[in-house]
Amino acid sequence: MSTHIPDDRFYSREHEWVLEEDNGMAVIGITDHAQSELGDVVFVELPELGTGVSAGEPIATVESVKAASEVYTPVSGEVIEVNEELGNTPGAVNADPYGDGWICKIRLSAPNELDALMSPGDYEEFCS
Amino acid sequence: MSETDKRTPLHDRHVEIGGRMVSFAGWDMPVQYATGIIGEHRIVRTACGVFDISHMGQFEAKGEHAAEWLGSLLTNDALALEVGRGQYTLMLNERGGVIDDMIIYRSAEESFLIVVNASMIDEDFAWMEAHRAEGVSLTDRSDDFAGMAVQGPECSAVFRNAFPGQFLPSRNGIRAAEIDGDGCFFCRTGYTGEDGFEFFCPASSAVKWFDRLIAAGAKPCGLGARDSLRLEMCYPLNGSDLSPDRTPIEAGLGFFCALDTDFIGAEMLRRQKAEGPRLRLAAIEYTQKGAPPRHGYEVQTPDGTRLGELSSGILSPSIGKGIGMAYLPAEYAKPGTPVQVIVRGRPVPAVTVRKPFYRKDG
Repeated sequence: MSTHIPDDRFYSREHEWVLEEDNGMAVIGITDHAQSELGDVVFVELPELGTGVSAGEPIATVESVKAASEVYTPVSGEVIEVNEELGNTPGAVNADPYGDGWICKIRLSAPNELDALMSPGDYEEFCS
Repeated sequence: MSETDKRTPLHDRHVEIGGRMVSFAGWDMPVQYATGIIGEHRIVRTACGVFDISHMGQFEAKGEHAAEWLGSLLTNDALALEVGRGQYTLMLNERGGVIDDMIIYRSAEESFLIVVNASMIDEDFAWMEAHRAEGVSLTDRSDDFAGMAVQGPECSAVFRNAFPGQFLPSRNGIRAAEIDGDGCFFCRTGYTGEDGFEFFCPASSAVKWFDRLIAAGAKPCGLGARDSLRLEMCYPLNGSDLSPDRTPIEAGLGFFCALDTDFIGAEMLRRQKAEGPRLRLAAIEYTQKGAPPRHGYEVQTPDGTRLGELSSGILSPSIGKGIGMAYLPAEYAKPGTPVQVIVRGRPVPAVTVRKPFYRKDG
Protein backbone atom coordinates (compact mmCIF):
# COMPACT_ATOMS: atom_id res chain seq x y z
CA MET A 1 0.00 0.00 0.00
CA SER A 2 1.59 3.27 -1.04
CA THR A 3 1.51 6.27 1.22
CA HIS A 4 -0.11 9.52 0.20
CA ILE A 5 2.24 12.56 0.04
CA PRO A 6 0.66 15.89 -1.03
CA ASP A 7 3.01 18.09 -3.04
CA ASP A 8 2.12 21.39 -1.37
CA ARG A 9 4.02 21.04 1.90
CA PHE A 10 7.25 20.20 3.73
CA TYR A 11 8.07 17.02 5.65
CA SER A 12 10.22 16.09 8.66
CA ARG A 13 12.20 12.95 9.41
CA GLU A 14 9.81 12.27 12.31
CA HIS A 15 6.94 12.11 9.79
CA GLU A 16 5.29 15.46 10.46
CA TRP A 17 4.13 17.75 7.68
CA VAL A 18 4.25 21.57 7.61
CA LEU A 19 1.94 23.55 5.36
CA GLU A 20 3.11 27.14 5.01
CA GLU A 21 0.40 29.77 4.78
CA ASP A 22 1.14 33.14 3.22
CA ASN A 23 0.74 35.14 6.45
CA GLY A 24 3.78 33.78 8.31
CA MET A 25 1.76 30.91 9.71
CA ALA A 26 2.21 27.19 9.23
CA VAL A 27 -0.09 24.26 9.92
CA ILE A 28 1.38 21.07 11.37
CA GLY A 29 0.18 17.50 11.29
CA ILE A 30 1.40 13.94 10.97
CA THR A 31 1.78 12.15 7.64
CA ASP A 32 -0.23 9.35 6.12
CA HIS A 33 2.74 7.08 6.73
CA ALA A 34 2.82 8.06 10.43
CA GLN A 35 -0.91 7.51 11.00
CA SER A 36 -0.74 4.18 9.23
CA GLU A 37 2.15 3.04 11.43
CA LEU A 38 0.29 4.14 14.58
CA GLY A 39 -3.00 2.45 13.82
CA ASP A 40 -6.34 3.67 15.18
CA VAL A 41 -5.78 7.02 16.88
CA VAL A 42 -7.94 7.28 20.00
CA PHE A 43 -6.62 10.42 21.67
CA VAL A 44 -4.62 13.52 20.77
CA GLU A 45 -3.09 15.69 23.45
CA LEU A 46 -2.84 19.14 21.91
CA PRO A 47 -0.35 21.88 22.77
CA GLU A 48 -1.57 24.87 24.75
CA LEU A 49 -2.47 28.03 22.91
CA GLY A 50 0.18 30.71 23.12
CA THR A 51 3.00 28.30 23.90
CA GLY A 52 6.38 29.18 22.43
CA VAL A 53 7.92 26.13 20.78
CA SER A 54 11.31 25.39 19.24
CA ALA A 55 11.94 23.13 16.28
CA GLY A 56 12.49 19.55 17.32
CA GLU A 57 10.61 19.76 20.61
CA PRO A 58 7.63 17.49 21.40
CA ILE A 59 4.44 19.56 21.33
CA ALA A 60 1.65 17.00 21.15
CA THR A 61 1.00 13.33 21.81
CA VAL A 62 -0.94 11.13 19.44
CA GLU A 63 -2.17 7.94 21.07
CA SER A 64 -3.31 4.80 19.34
CA VAL A 65 -4.88 1.81 21.09
CA LYS A 66 -1.46 0.32 21.76
CA ALA A 67 0.99 3.22 22.01
CA ALA A 68 1.56 6.89 22.71
CA SER A 69 3.66 8.74 20.16
CA GLU A 70 5.08 12.26 20.41
CA VAL A 71 4.63 14.87 17.72
CA TYR A 72 7.76 17.01 17.28
CA THR A 73 7.31 20.45 15.82
CA PRO A 74 9.57 20.85 12.79
CA VAL A 75 9.42 24.66 13.15
CA SER A 76 9.79 27.24 15.92
CA GLY A 77 7.24 29.85 16.86
CA GLU A 78 4.07 30.38 18.84
CA VAL A 79 1.07 28.04 18.89
CA ILE A 80 -1.83 30.23 17.77
CA GLU A 81 -4.48 27.65 16.98
CA VAL A 82 -5.08 24.02 17.88
CA ASN A 83 -7.48 21.53 16.29
CA GLU A 84 -10.02 21.25 19.10
CA GLU A 85 -12.16 18.99 16.89
CA LEU A 86 -9.71 16.16 17.54
CA GLY A 87 -11.11 15.99 21.08
CA ASN A 88 -14.27 14.47 19.65
CA THR A 89 -12.90 12.92 16.49
CA PRO A 90 -9.31 11.76 17.07
CA GLY A 91 -9.86 9.29 14.21
CA ALA A 92 -9.60 12.23 11.78
CA VAL A 93 -5.83 11.82 12.12
CA ASN A 94 -6.28 8.42 10.42
CA ALA A 95 -9.04 9.33 8.01
CA ASP A 96 -7.67 12.65 6.79
CA PRO A 97 -4.12 13.23 8.11
CA TYR A 98 -3.43 16.16 5.77
CA GLY A 99 -6.83 17.85 6.22
CA ASP A 100 -9.21 17.44 9.17
CA GLY A 101 -6.47 15.65 11.10
CA TRP A 102 -4.25 18.72 11.41
CA ILE A 103 -2.76 19.27 14.88
CA CYS A 104 -1.97 22.97 15.31
CA LYS A 105 -1.08 26.23 13.65
CA ILE A 106 2.14 28.03 14.48
CA ARG A 107 3.25 31.64 13.91
CA LEU A 108 6.73 31.07 12.52
CA SER A 109 9.58 32.81 14.33
CA ALA A 110 12.26 31.42 12.02
CA PRO A 111 10.75 30.79 8.57
CA ASN A 112 14.15 29.74 7.22
CA GLU A 113 13.78 26.51 9.22
CA LEU A 114 11.50 25.35 6.42
CA ASP A 115 14.54 25.11 4.17
CA ALA A 116 15.92 22.31 6.33
CA LEU A 117 12.81 20.17 5.82
CA MET A 118 12.20 17.61 3.09
CA SER A 119 10.37 18.22 -0.16
CA PRO A 120 7.56 15.82 -1.08
CA GLY A 121 9.96 14.01 -3.42
CA ASP A 122 12.66 13.70 -0.76
CA TYR A 123 10.11 12.49 1.77
CA GLU A 124 8.79 9.86 -0.60
CA GLU A 125 12.32 8.56 -0.99
CA PHE A 126 12.84 8.76 2.80
CA CYS A 127 9.79 6.55 3.34
CA SER A 128 10.70 3.95 0.75
CA MET B 1 10.56 -8.42 15.45
CA SER B 2 13.59 -9.84 17.18
CA GLU B 3 15.80 -12.33 15.37
CA THR B 4 14.97 -15.06 17.82
CA ASP B 5 11.18 -14.67 17.73
CA LYS B 6 9.35 -17.85 16.93
CA ARG B 7 6.75 -18.14 14.18
CA THR B 8 3.46 -19.98 14.29
CA PRO B 9 2.38 -22.21 11.36
CA LEU B 10 0.12 -19.31 10.30
CA HIS B 11 2.90 -16.71 10.20
CA ASP B 12 3.24 -16.45 6.41
CA ARG B 13 -0.52 -16.34 5.98
CA HIS B 14 -0.73 -13.41 8.44
CA VAL B 15 1.82 -11.48 6.41
CA GLU B 16 0.01 -12.30 3.13
CA ILE B 17 -3.33 -11.00 4.37
CA GLY B 18 -1.90 -7.77 5.78
CA GLY B 19 -1.13 -8.67 9.38
CA ARG B 20 1.07 -6.15 11.15
CA MET B 21 3.61 -8.31 12.92
CA VAL B 22 5.01 -7.47 16.37
CA SER B 23 7.07 -9.25 18.97
CA PHE B 24 4.94 -10.79 21.75
CA ALA B 25 6.15 -13.22 24.41
CA GLY B 26 8.96 -14.39 22.14
CA TRP B 27 6.70 -14.80 19.11
CA ASP B 28 6.30 -12.78 15.92
CA MET B 29 2.53 -12.26 15.97
CA PRO B 30 -0.08 -10.08 14.21
CA VAL B 31 -1.13 -7.18 16.45
CA GLN B 32 -3.77 -6.23 13.87
CA TYR B 33 -4.73 -6.59 10.22
CA ALA B 34 -5.84 -3.83 7.82
CA THR B 35 -9.19 -3.54 9.68
CA GLY B 36 -7.42 -2.11 12.74
CA ILE B 37 -7.70 -2.89 16.43
CA ILE B 38 -10.96 -1.05 17.05
CA GLY B 39 -12.63 -2.54 13.98
CA GLU B 40 -11.47 -6.03 14.91
CA HIS B 41 -12.68 -5.51 18.48
CA ARG B 42 -16.15 -4.57 17.18
CA ILE B 43 -16.22 -7.56 14.82
CA VAL B 44 -15.78 -9.89 17.82
CA ARG B 45 -18.46 -8.06 19.86
CA THR B 46 -20.99 -8.10 16.99
CA ALA B 47 -20.06 -10.87 14.50
CA CYS B 48 -17.14 -13.30 14.57
CA GLY B 49 -13.36 -13.04 14.58
CA VAL B 50 -10.58 -15.61 14.43
CA PHE B 51 -7.32 -15.23 16.37
CA ASP B 52 -4.15 -17.26 15.90
CA ILE B 53 -3.42 -18.73 19.33
CA SER B 54 -0.81 -21.22 18.11
CA HIS B 55 1.78 -19.48 20.28
CA MET B 56 0.02 -20.76 23.40
CA GLY B 57 1.28 -23.98 24.94
CA GLN B 58 -0.49 -27.34 25.04
CA PHE B 59 0.49 -30.09 27.43
CA GLU B 60 -1.04 -33.53 27.76
CA ALA B 61 -1.20 -35.20 31.15
CA LYS B 62 -2.18 -38.85 31.22
CA GLY B 63 -2.43 -41.62 33.76
CA GLU B 64 -4.63 -43.22 36.33
CA HIS B 65 -3.75 -40.55 38.89
CA ALA B 66 -3.56 -37.58 36.52
CA ALA B 67 -6.59 -35.87 38.10
CA GLU B 68 -5.23 -36.20 41.66
CA TRP B 69 -1.86 -34.93 40.51
CA LEU B 70 -3.33 -31.87 38.76
CA GLY B 71 -5.45 -31.27 41.84
CA SER B 72 -2.31 -31.15 43.97
CA LEU B 73 -0.67 -28.64 41.63
CA LEU B 74 -3.50 -26.34 40.54
CA THR B 75 -5.95 -24.16 42.46
CA ASN B 76 -9.23 -25.41 41.00
CA ASP B 77 -10.71 -28.81 41.80
CA ALA B 78 -9.36 -31.03 39.00
CA LEU B 79 -10.95 -34.11 40.60
CA ALA B 80 -14.39 -32.57 40.18
CA LEU B 81 -13.82 -32.03 36.47
CA GLU B 82 -15.96 -34.39 34.41
CA VAL B 83 -14.87 -35.93 31.14
CA GLY B 84 -15.53 -33.49 28.30
CA ARG B 85 -15.35 -30.42 30.55
CA GLY B 86 -12.76 -27.67 31.07
CA GLN B 87 -11.92 -25.37 33.95
CA TYR B 88 -9.93 -22.19 34.47
CA THR B 89 -7.25 -22.74 37.07
CA LEU B 90 -3.96 -21.34 38.36
CA MET B 91 -0.56 -22.77 39.22
CA LEU B 92 1.04 -21.21 42.28
CA ASN B 93 4.40 -21.14 44.01
CA GLU B 94 4.71 -22.06 47.71
CA ARG B 95 4.00 -18.43 48.68
CA GLY B 96 0.68 -18.58 46.87
CA GLY B 97 1.99 -16.33 44.05
CA VAL B 98 0.86 -16.99 40.51
CA ILE B 99 3.21 -18.87 38.19
CA ASP B 100 0.62 -19.07 35.44
CA ASP B 101 -3.09 -19.23 34.75
CA MET B 102 -4.42 -21.85 32.35
CA ILE B 103 -7.37 -23.94 31.27
CA ILE B 104 -7.36 -27.69 31.77
CA TYR B 105 -9.76 -29.92 29.86
CA ARG B 106 -10.55 -33.51 30.75
CA SER B 107 -10.57 -35.03 27.27
CA ALA B 108 -10.90 -38.60 28.60
CA GLU B 109 -11.12 -40.27 32.02
CA GLU B 110 -7.32 -40.40 32.37
CA SER B 111 -6.30 -37.71 29.89
CA PHE B 112 -6.08 -33.93 30.23
CA LEU B 113 -5.31 -31.18 27.74
CA ILE B 114 -3.67 -28.19 29.42
CA VAL B 115 -3.45 -24.84 27.62
CA VAL B 116 -0.92 -22.38 29.06
CA ASN B 117 0.38 -18.91 28.22
CA ALA B 118 2.92 -18.62 25.40
CA SER B 119 5.50 -16.84 27.53
CA MET B 120 5.33 -19.54 30.22
CA ILE B 121 5.56 -22.80 28.26
CA ASP B 122 9.09 -23.73 29.34
CA GLU B 123 8.73 -22.51 32.92
CA ASP B 124 5.36 -24.22 33.41
CA PHE B 125 6.60 -27.47 31.95
CA ALA B 126 9.72 -27.47 34.11
CA TRP B 127 7.65 -26.78 37.25
CA MET B 128 5.11 -29.47 36.44
CA GLU B 129 7.80 -31.98 35.51
CA ALA B 130 9.64 -31.24 38.78
CA HIS B 131 6.43 -31.96 40.71
CA ARG B 132 5.24 -34.82 38.55
CA ALA B 133 3.66 -37.74 40.37
CA GLU B 134 4.56 -41.36 39.86
CA GLY B 135 2.53 -42.99 37.09
CA VAL B 136 1.55 -39.71 35.40
CA SER B 137 2.98 -38.84 32.00
CA LEU B 138 3.34 -35.23 30.92
CA THR B 139 4.06 -34.28 27.30
CA ASP B 140 4.66 -30.85 25.81
CA ARG B 141 2.59 -30.87 22.61
CA SER B 142 3.00 -27.13 21.93
CA ASP B 143 4.84 -27.62 18.64
CA ASP B 144 2.43 -30.30 17.42
CA PHE B 145 -0.70 -28.18 17.73
CA ALA B 146 -1.84 -25.01 16.05
CA GLY B 147 -4.65 -23.12 17.75
CA MET B 148 -7.35 -20.72 16.58
CA ALA B 149 -9.81 -18.86 18.78
CA VAL B 150 -13.08 -18.25 16.94
CA GLN B 151 -15.00 -15.68 18.96
CA GLY B 152 -18.19 -13.67 18.63
CA PRO B 153 -21.97 -14.05 18.54
CA GLU B 154 -21.85 -15.55 15.03
CA CYS B 155 -19.35 -18.26 15.98
CA SER B 156 -21.92 -21.07 15.69
CA ALA B 157 -22.75 -20.14 12.09
CA VAL B 158 -19.05 -19.97 11.26
CA PHE B 159 -18.57 -23.35 12.90
CA ARG B 160 -21.36 -24.96 10.86
CA ASN B 161 -19.94 -23.53 7.63
CA ALA B 162 -16.36 -24.56 8.38
CA PHE B 163 -17.07 -27.97 9.90
CA PRO B 164 -20.22 -29.40 8.35
CA GLY B 165 -21.57 -32.39 10.23
CA GLN B 166 -19.62 -31.60 13.39
CA PHE B 167 -21.01 -30.20 16.63
CA LEU B 168 -19.66 -27.98 19.34
CA PRO B 169 -19.40 -28.88 23.03
CA SER B 170 -21.41 -26.77 25.48
CA ARG B 171 -19.84 -23.86 27.37
CA ASN B 172 -16.43 -24.75 28.84
CA GLY B 173 -16.59 -28.18 27.23
CA ILE B 174 -14.09 -30.01 25.04
CA ARG B 175 -14.75 -32.43 22.21
CA ALA B 176 -12.15 -34.43 20.31
CA ALA B 177 -12.89 -34.97 16.62
CA GLU B 178 -11.22 -36.39 13.59
CA ILE B 179 -11.82 -34.19 10.54
CA ASP B 180 -10.18 -34.79 7.16
CA GLY B 181 -7.85 -37.17 8.95
CA ASP B 182 -6.76 -34.48 11.45
CA GLY B 183 -7.05 -35.19 15.16
CA CYS B 184 -8.56 -31.95 16.51
CA PHE B 185 -10.04 -30.53 19.68
CA PHE B 186 -12.97 -28.14 19.90
CA CYS B 187 -13.11 -26.24 23.20
CA ARG B 188 -16.02 -23.94 24.04
CA THR B 189 -13.82 -21.36 25.76
CA GLY B 190 -12.22 -18.02 25.01
CA TYR B 191 -10.72 -14.79 26.26
CA THR B 192 -13.15 -12.21 24.91
CA GLY B 193 -16.40 -12.46 26.90
CA GLU B 194 -18.25 -13.58 23.78
CA ASP B 195 -19.52 -17.00 22.86
CA GLY B 196 -16.78 -18.78 20.97
CA PHE B 197 -14.63 -21.81 20.60
CA GLU B 198 -10.96 -22.60 20.54
CA PHE B 199 -9.88 -25.04 17.86
CA PHE B 200 -6.66 -27.06 18.11
CA CYS B 201 -5.43 -28.99 15.08
CA PRO B 202 -2.15 -30.49 13.86
CA ALA B 203 0.33 -27.70 13.06
CA SER B 204 0.71 -29.05 9.52
CA SER B 205 -3.00 -28.42 8.80
CA ALA B 206 -3.17 -24.96 10.37
CA VAL B 207 -3.29 -22.91 7.17
CA LYS B 208 -6.05 -25.08 5.67
CA TRP B 209 -8.32 -24.65 8.70
CA PHE B 210 -7.51 -20.96 9.13
CA ASP B 211 -8.47 -20.31 5.50
CA ARG B 212 -11.60 -22.39 5.92
CA LEU B 213 -12.66 -20.43 9.02
CA ILE B 214 -12.17 -17.16 7.14
CA ALA B 215 -14.13 -18.49 4.16
CA ALA B 216 -16.84 -19.50 6.65
CA GLY B 217 -17.21 -15.88 7.76
CA ALA B 218 -14.68 -15.32 10.56
CA LYS B 219 -12.60 -12.15 10.20
CA PRO B 220 -8.92 -12.35 11.17
CA CYS B 221 -8.21 -10.42 14.38
CA GLY B 222 -4.89 -9.64 16.05
CA LEU B 223 -3.44 -9.48 19.53
CA GLY B 224 -4.43 -5.82 19.91
CA ALA B 225 -8.14 -6.64 19.85
CA ARG B 226 -7.51 -9.75 21.95
CA ASP B 227 -6.07 -7.48 24.66
CA SER B 228 -8.83 -4.85 24.55
CA LEU B 229 -11.55 -7.54 24.56
CA ARG B 230 -10.12 -9.39 27.55
CA LEU B 231 -9.53 -6.22 29.54
CA GLU B 232 -13.14 -5.10 29.08
CA MET B 233 -14.04 -8.42 30.74
CA CYS B 234 -11.37 -7.99 33.49
CA TYR B 235 -9.74 -11.25 32.41
CA PRO B 236 -6.20 -11.05 33.78
CA LEU B 237 -3.08 -11.23 31.62
CA ASN B 238 -0.21 -13.07 33.27
CA GLY B 239 2.90 -10.92 33.48
CA SER B 240 0.75 -7.78 33.72
CA ASP B 241 -2.14 -8.47 36.12
CA LEU B 242 -0.77 -11.68 37.61
CA SER B 243 2.69 -12.23 39.04
CA PRO B 244 4.63 -14.55 41.36
CA ASP B 245 4.26 -11.86 44.06
CA ARG B 246 0.46 -11.68 43.90
CA THR B 247 -2.02 -14.36 44.89
CA PRO B 248 -5.32 -15.30 43.22
CA ILE B 249 -7.10 -13.99 46.32
CA GLU B 250 -5.55 -10.55 45.74
CA ALA B 251 -6.35 -10.85 42.03
CA GLY B 252 -10.04 -11.51 42.79
CA LEU B 253 -9.83 -15.08 41.44
CA GLY B 254 -10.81 -16.85 44.67
CA PHE B 255 -13.74 -18.43 42.81
CA PHE B 256 -11.21 -20.61 40.94
CA CYS B 257 -9.44 -21.78 44.11
CA ALA B 258 -10.81 -24.89 45.84
CA LEU B 259 -9.61 -23.91 49.30
CA ASP B 260 -11.05 -27.09 50.85
CA THR B 261 -8.51 -29.09 48.84
CA ASP B 262 -4.72 -29.19 49.07
CA PHE B 263 -2.48 -27.77 46.39
CA ILE B 264 0.80 -25.88 46.34
CA GLY B 265 0.15 -22.45 47.79
CA ALA B 266 -3.21 -23.36 49.37
CA GLU B 267 -2.05 -22.70 52.93
CA MET B 268 -1.16 -19.10 52.08
CA LEU B 269 -4.48 -18.56 50.29
CA ARG B 270 -6.48 -19.91 53.24
CA ARG B 271 -4.66 -17.58 55.61
CA GLN B 272 -5.12 -14.61 53.28
CA LYS B 273 -8.80 -15.39 52.80
CA ALA B 274 -9.32 -15.56 56.57
CA GLU B 275 -7.39 -12.38 57.33
CA GLY B 276 -8.51 -10.49 54.22
CA PRO B 277 -5.91 -9.56 51.62
CA ARG B 278 -4.01 -6.32 52.05
CA LEU B 279 -4.24 -5.60 48.32
CA ARG B 280 -6.96 -6.24 45.78
CA LEU B 281 -6.94 -5.99 41.99
CA ALA B 282 -9.41 -3.19 41.39
CA ALA B 283 -11.21 -2.24 38.19
CA ILE B 284 -10.80 1.48 37.49
CA GLU B 285 -12.80 3.57 35.04
CA TYR B 286 -12.27 7.19 33.97
CA THR B 287 -15.05 9.57 34.95
CA GLN B 288 -13.79 12.22 32.51
CA LYS B 289 -12.25 12.24 29.09
CA GLY B 290 -8.50 11.78 29.18
CA ALA B 291 -5.49 10.24 27.49
CA PRO B 292 -5.68 6.43 27.43
CA PRO B 293 -4.64 4.75 30.69
CA ARG B 294 -1.68 2.40 30.28
CA HIS B 295 0.31 -0.21 32.17
CA GLY B 296 2.51 1.44 34.79
CA TYR B 297 0.55 4.68 35.23
CA GLU B 298 0.27 5.71 38.86
CA VAL B 299 -3.08 5.53 40.67
CA GLN B 300 -3.67 8.01 43.49
CA THR B 301 -6.36 9.15 45.86
CA PRO B 302 -8.05 12.38 44.67
CA ASP B 303 -5.75 14.31 47.04
CA GLY B 304 -2.62 12.83 45.52
CA THR B 305 -1.61 9.93 47.80
CA ARG B 306 -0.06 7.08 45.85
CA LEU B 307 -2.13 3.87 45.92
CA GLY B 308 -0.51 1.74 43.25
CA GLU B 309 -0.11 1.54 39.51
CA LEU B 310 -2.09 0.19 36.59
CA SER B 311 -1.25 -3.39 35.68
CA SER B 312 -3.29 -2.99 32.46
CA GLY B 313 -5.03 -0.04 30.85
CA ILE B 314 -6.71 0.93 27.62
CA LEU B 315 -9.31 3.22 26.13
CA SER B 316 -12.23 0.79 25.94
CA PRO B 317 -13.54 0.48 22.36
CA SER B 318 -16.94 -0.76 23.63
CA ILE B 319 -17.70 1.77 26.36
CA GLY B 320 -15.53 4.63 25.11
CA LYS B 321 -13.88 5.31 28.47
CA GLY B 322 -10.45 4.76 29.89
CA ILE B 323 -10.38 1.47 31.83
CA GLY B 324 -7.68 -0.35 33.74
CA MET B 325 -6.82 -2.58 36.65
CA ALA B 326 -4.50 -1.95 39.59
CA TYR B 327 -3.60 -3.60 42.87
CA LEU B 328 -4.83 -1.11 45.47
CA PRO B 329 -4.98 -1.29 49.27
CA ALA B 330 -8.15 -3.31 49.91
CA GLU B 331 -10.03 -0.38 51.46
CA TYR B 332 -9.62 1.61 48.21
CA ALA B 333 -10.52 -1.28 45.90
CA LYS B 334 -14.19 -1.20 46.93
CA PRO B 335 -16.35 -0.22 43.93
CA GLY B 336 -17.33 3.44 43.97
CA THR B 337 -14.09 4.77 45.45
CA PRO B 338 -12.89 7.93 43.70
CA VAL B 339 -9.27 7.79 42.53
CA GLN B 340 -7.15 9.47 39.87
CA VAL B 341 -4.79 8.15 37.22
CA ILE B 342 -1.65 10.14 36.51
CA VAL B 343 -1.00 10.57 32.80
CA ARG B 344 2.23 12.40 31.96
CA GLY B 345 2.09 14.26 35.25
CA ARG B 346 -1.57 15.21 35.00
CA PRO B 347 -4.39 13.59 37.01
CA VAL B 348 -7.43 12.14 35.26
CA PRO B 349 -10.40 11.58 37.62
CA ALA B 350 -11.54 7.96 37.84
CA VAL B 351 -13.51 5.62 40.07
CA THR B 352 -13.26 1.98 41.07
CA VAL B 353 -16.11 -0.07 39.59
CA ARG B 354 -17.60 -3.53 39.76
CA LYS B 355 -16.06 -6.10 37.37
CA PRO B 356 -16.36 -6.56 34.44
CA PHE B 357 -16.30 -3.21 32.61
CA TYR B 358 -18.33 -4.54 29.71
CA ARG B 359 -21.66 -6.31 29.93
CA LYS B 360 -23.69 -7.46 26.99
CA ASP B 361 -26.91 -5.43 26.70
CA GLY B 362 -25.41 -2.76 28.94
